[in-house]
Amino acid sequence: MKSFRLVWANLRRKKVRTTLTIGSFLVAFFLFGLLAALRMGFQGGAGAAGADRLNVINTVSLILPLPFSYRDRLLQLAGVKAVTHATWFGGIYQNERNFFPQVAVDKDTWFEVYADYTLTPEAREAFLRDRQACVVGRSLADRFGFKVGDRIPLRGTIWPGNWEFNVAGIYDGSQPDADTSGMYFRSDYLEEQRAFGKGTVGWYVVQLDDPEDGVRVSKAIDELFSNSPFETLTQTEKAFAASFVKQMGNVELLILSIGSVVFLTLLLVTGNTMAIAVRERYGELAVLKTVGFSDFRVLKLILAEALLIAGQGGLIGLVLAKAMIPGLSRALPMLGVLYVSPLTFGLGFVLALAVGTAAGLLPAVGAMRLKVVDALRRV
Amino acid sequence: MVSIDGKGNGPCLVCVRNLDKIYTRGSEEIHVLQGLNLEVDAGDFVAFMGPSGSGKTTLLNLLGGLDLPTSGSITVAGDEITHMSAGKLTSWRARHVGFIFQMYNLIPVLTAFQNVELPLLLTRLSKAERRKHVETALAVVGLADRMYHYPRQLSGGQEQRVAIARAIVADPTFLLCDEPTGDLDRKSADEIMDIIDRLVKEYKKTVLIVTHDPRAAERARVILHLDKGVLMEAVKAGA
Repeated sequence: MKSFRLVWANLRRKKVRTTLTIGSFLVAFFLFGLLAALRMGFQGGAGAAGADRLNVINTVSLILPLPFSYRDRLLQLAGVKAVTHATWFGGIYQNERNFFPQVAVDKDTWFEVYADYTLTPEAREAFLRDRQACVVGRSLADRFGFKVGDRIPLRGTIWPGNWEFNVAGIYDGSQPDADTSGMYFRSDYLEEQRAFGKGTVGWYVVQLDDPEDGVRVSKAIDELFSNSPFETLTQTEKAFAASFVKQMGNVELLILSIGSVVFLTLLLVTGNTMAIAVRERYGELAVLKTVGFSDFRVLKLILAEALLIAGQGGLIGLVLAKAMIPGLSRALPMLGVLYVSPLTFGLGFVLALAVGTAAGLLPAVGAMRLKVVDALRRV
Repeated sequence: MVSIDGKGNGPCLVCVRNLDKIYTRGSEEIHVLQGLNLEVDAGDFVAFMGPSGSGKTTLLNLLGGLDLPTSGSITVAGDEITHMSAGKLTSWRARHVGFIFQMYNLIPVLTAFQNVELPLLLTRLSKAERRKHVETALAVVGLADRMYHYPRQLSGGQEQRVAIARAIVADPTFLLCDEPTGDLDRKSADEIMDIIDRLVKEYKKTVLIVTHDPRAAERARVILHLDKGVLMEAVKAGA
């Protein structure tokens, strides 16, 4: 573009103003990256939830248990490939600030059903061998420096007392946004040590033969246990994860509301700045038209300025978010896995350009319609 | 030859016929130009003089295709410009007209070189060709050594010389100068008029200039007086 030098020179005309406008895009798109990562974190990997898995919980509440005897009855249902179970433990490691999820799982079936978590054969064998064994996620291990062979003491809250676990292995996720911030240990250890709740589990996970068969199997499960003391609510893993998030409020709406307000403000501020910048240059724009720049070319010049401002600010903001979010994720593990995906990054950049175009459009149209004779009179 | 009688004695570079320009302010109509006729041949140097509000700048704007007349016609080098679309008029302007303004109107964030290069950005010339043209234009106005200076680093006279270089760089059919010496001291004004003189005599440029300055007008071959929108007389300079 032969006129790029003109566009660039115009941006450097009022350096402070340009820097501040780029800065407002930077802040807005840093926030965009952060909010998008938070949304992903709150969804708890709902996006990556297995399509072939159903979660069965107590219909009254997630915190109420289900009988262990349901396992065999679930396995007998048509369309069910495998069944595993899990129970929330809720222990404290050293102090309350060191929160991380701990879940008691069936040692034989959990990692069969959750094949998207990867464990080495040695770790798997160690987990099966030792009743007090546990496996920790990669991000949890990084956070506290846990290594294979370490002993993790937890203070029970639901089941009081001091509990100790041996790290048998570290699991990873096959997807980049997989949640590896938790710890799994053997349910038989919990069953043996706990004072109450024996013979129950927190929830069941049912693996389907055919992911398309989810609706029918869900209905069959809930009908099977209807009119019993422990009625069930069966839903897809994605819906289960979403209902987990809803316990904290409508995070999606909150994020969307904050994002909308930020972008509307950005649009108004940038639009106003561009309008002032163009109004100050009416005389120069008239000169450009006098020497032969067409109305459309003048429009493109102004839009190019707006796009350059938006593109630079948006890009820097997104890069900063991408660079800083892993640190934030480590510092605030209760927020889950925070991650700026390439899709979020691309979407953010396109959004920055769209906001830039929208902000520059009115001033650009004004410049395009500018009458040379009128503008020259003002010089 | 310059003629204002509208009889059309022969082929002319700039031919103006029965030109009217009326501005409307509310219910009031202001007749800025009334039935104006003018013929200017290639290579002529014409000065328009007259009191403020007599329509000099309006006439210049119409001749340069910056404004449209209420009625009448303007033909330049065979192109009737009064009925051109805005887009065609813009490209016609780029090809045929070089403008020089009283306030220079340089882009302050561009160097002298970049300011002069502006009209060439609309052409298909390569970067090297554009550079050659710009250097030549700046050499003609004696500013080859100030190429990379910004307008704020130049005197008023030098800024106007850059403006002249910008006006001539694309080798237009004619130059329109609106009070080119109006913002300059006597010495700088004389230097500017010397350059315009050279453009007419050495480079055979056609120049139409609006001025209040009699000394600047004296340089022209013909001085035309405009009063209340009517061209009153044609006087050969020095006669």
